[in-house]
Amino acid sequence: MAQWNPFQEMEVLRREIDRIFDSFGLRTGPVFRTAFLPGRAAREYPLCNLYEDKEAVYVEALAPGVDPASLNLTTTRNTLTLSGEKHGLPGEVKSEMLHRNERAAGKFVRSIELPVEVDENKVKADYKNGLLVVTLPKAEKAKAKQISVQVA
Amino acid sequence: MAERTIPAPSGQQVATGREITRAQERYVLPVVDIYETPDSLVLMADLPGVSKEDLDVRVDNNVLTIQGKSSHAAPGEAVYREYELVNFFRQFELSERVDQGKIAADLKHGVLTLHLPKTERARPRQIEVRVS
Repeated sequence: MAQWNPFQEMEVLRREIDRIFDSFGLRTGPVFRTAFLPGRAAREYPLCNLYEDKEAVYVEALAPGVDPASLNLTTTRNTLTLSGEKHGLPGEVKSEMLHRNERAAGKFVRSIELPVEVDENKVKADYKNGLLVVTLPKAEKAKAKQISVQVA
Repeated sequence: MAERTIPAPSGQQVATGREITRAQERYVLPVVDIYETPDSLVLMADLPGVSKEDLDVRVDNNVLTIQGKSSHAAPGEAVYREYELVNFFRQFELSERVDQGKIAADLKHGVLTLHLPKTERARPRQIEVRVS
């Protein structure tokens, strides 16, 4: 038997309201919309999430359809620069053959400031299922140090 | 829960409480491109974070459904977010002119490409002009 849970109901309501606002174009929330669209391309591309653990910071970029060969990453002490090209339709597709064209394409470059200094020599990048994950190990001096407490 | 004083006929479900008709997960429409070539329709959809195992493409009753579950690839704790990965869902109604048995799907770099071949009848035909 399902219990009536008011908190769950509130959560459902909150999502419904979010969805209504989403459909008005007040897109504050998630996911790739206007990036690349002419005139409205005020958004940065690709959108990035930043993760952190003790050893490293991770940048996850939302970049479906990007040719991995075109990706170019550079790092300095605390900046990561991503550039590359997202391919749209194959070249032979003419506009009169199109039914819908919602995916945008083009070249991009983006710099991200990282919260810590990283070790430039150990940066790794991995592109899978349209997500780019860059692993940036922290520089030795940026790592948290464990300090043991001495009991006198 | 209301008390039942009349036994329900066997095999029949008795509704208790309110029905839940909406899924708890959030879904977004994936953006798509659709274009037409002389012998097929091609659909390309951006599905970042969706692996082959989590993608479900099906045709039922002339309706093409694309459904995918996307998941993050990075470890660690999130400190800054610009997007969320939510599930994708989108449906298209297919016309009779698509040969539903021959639809081919390909997922590469987070982009799903579907080839929907036209039936023999729907393809353009060249008509030869004979001079008598």
